[in-house]
Amino acid sequence: MSAAPYDVEGGDQVHKGHPVQVDRYTVAARINHWITAISLILLAISGLALFHPSLYFLTALFGGGQLTRAIHPWIGVVLFFSFAGLFFRFWKANLWKSEDGTWLRRIRDVIAGNEEKLPELGKYNAGQKFVFWGMSFLILVLIGSGLVIWNVYFSSFTSIEQQRIALLVHALAAVAIICVWIIHVYAAIWVKGTISAMTRGQVTGGWAWRHHRKWLRELVAGKRTGTPAE
Amino acid sequence: MFPPIPNPPVTATPAKFGDADLVRRSASSVPAPAQKLTPVAKLIDVSKCIGCKACQAACLEWNELHEEIGTFNGTYTNPPDLTPASFTLMRFTEWVNPETDNLEWLIRKDGCMHCADPGCLKACPAPGAIVQYSNGIVDFAHDKCIGCGYCVKGCPFNIPRISQVDHKAYKCTLCSDRVAVGQGPACQKACPTQAIVFGTKDEMKQWADGRIKDLKSRGYKNAGLYDPPGVGGTHVMYVLQHADKPSIYAGLPDNPRISPIVEAWKGVTKYVGLGVMGFAAIAGAFHYLVTGANKVTAEDEENAEKLTQGGRS
Repeated sequence: MSAAPYDVEGGDQVHKGHPVQVDRYTVAARINHWITAISLILLAISGLALFHPSLYFLTALFGGGQLTRAIHPWIGVVLFFSFAGLFFRFWKANLWKSEDGTWLRRIRDVIAGNEEKLPELGKYNAGQKFVFWGMSFLILVLIGSGLVIWNVYFSSFTSIEQQRIALLVHALAAVAIICVWIIHVYAAIWVKGTISAMTRGQVTGGWAWRHHRKWLRELVAGKRTGTPAE
Repeated sequence: MFPPIPNPPVTATPAKFGDADLVRRSASSVPAPAQKLTPVAKLIDVSKCIGCKACQAACLEWNELHEEIGTFNGTYTNPPDLTPASFTLMRFTEWVNPETDNLEWLIRKDGCMHCADPGCLKACPAPGAIVQYSNGIVDFAHDKCIGCGYCVKGCPFNIPRISQVDHKAYKCTLCSDRVAVGQGPACQKACPTQAIVFGTKDEMKQWADGRIKDLKSRGYKNAGLYDPPGVGGTHVMYVLQHADKPSIYAGLPDNPRISPIVEAWKGVTKYVGLGVMGFAAIAGAFHYLVTGANKVTAEDEENAEKLTQGGRS
């Protein structure tokens, strides 16, 4: 085969059989993902509670307004470090490739589910890369603006005017990241066979063939194949 | 002399206003009150203030507050800033009047202005933690405060302070408890020179007019009333010798208004934000209904099997 695979991550492996099984995420990556996911959901709920009065009742889930206010930034810190783990695992496979441009130009076929009209893709398609880089960027914005408005510890480090800007930026970035999250979750539901990648760590060969053929070819060519007996 | 408010009767007096008189309630709505109370106001005449700090002491005393013992920092302003315990603070400014070359000692009693359009209330996310009565008093309900500090960002005058002890916001209440039984604020009661007077807002404006005329007759041609229209007027007003430049009085804002950033955050962002998130979720559901699930076919599985078999060396 041609160039060295850029997007085969540690632990990715093909198991022959019927159907073929492909290891996509290691146990560590999955734990890392779910800590991030739970943090993000808790942050969204507690943040929305303080964002719009009609959602203030959600503070009851955290034991009231005071506790919601106190815990939200700490969950943010957990998310930041947890996501940093995901970032360093996944960033290389999320670098932009020429086929991503082709994929984006045929976004109508993507949305219509006409996979046969799309180019062969590596481990991630342009949509997944958008989610990855979108999350990365927005989490940086959110932790940055969040520290500025973390009143208990950091109110004395910035001016009130800077804190006002941080509040607006934090709210806008939160809306954006929730939208990215909706896209992420919806894509996992829509594309059948995806969720097992993050639960059991495996996808079927057919799933890999259909959605990430280049990645599958690289795995096979790289002889990272095991027999079912292994 | 402004007629002093008589002492209250020793028998218990029912409160003259309460929850039925709310005109605004943070992060929630209130029914319009059946009748409106007469707007009240505190008038602080900076030109009559002698800087004795009796008002500061009275405020601590009435509200049962204890300020920490601080350190001298080279100014009479003590403590150096408002704190969760100091709802009011004499701010001392030494200002050289460029026209007369005289040193003028400007002493402004800082504290909540009780804006008609309160930025703190607008920014507050906790339902009912900040309320406004129809007499103009803006009050914090501490049992509902969550300590987020949004009121601090909403306030155009930099007044609320968050306690590091109980994580709640504190500021001048205009002695709402005293006003409720027909008294004036504790600071007003303690002021020995009537630099602080209290009454209806109309009475205070009238009283201020007389004071301003007097000041003008003494050569303060720019004397005037500080009742900034940018926040809809305030229920704490100043008589200033130099009303053309409020900022010389320890940074009193020349033209205060709720920050446009806060307005954008609490206005359009709130509604558009919910709309965008809702749209994303609905678009997903709609897409699923229209295109159906994206399923792996048996052919895909066969192709994968062929590829792995062919890959055997």
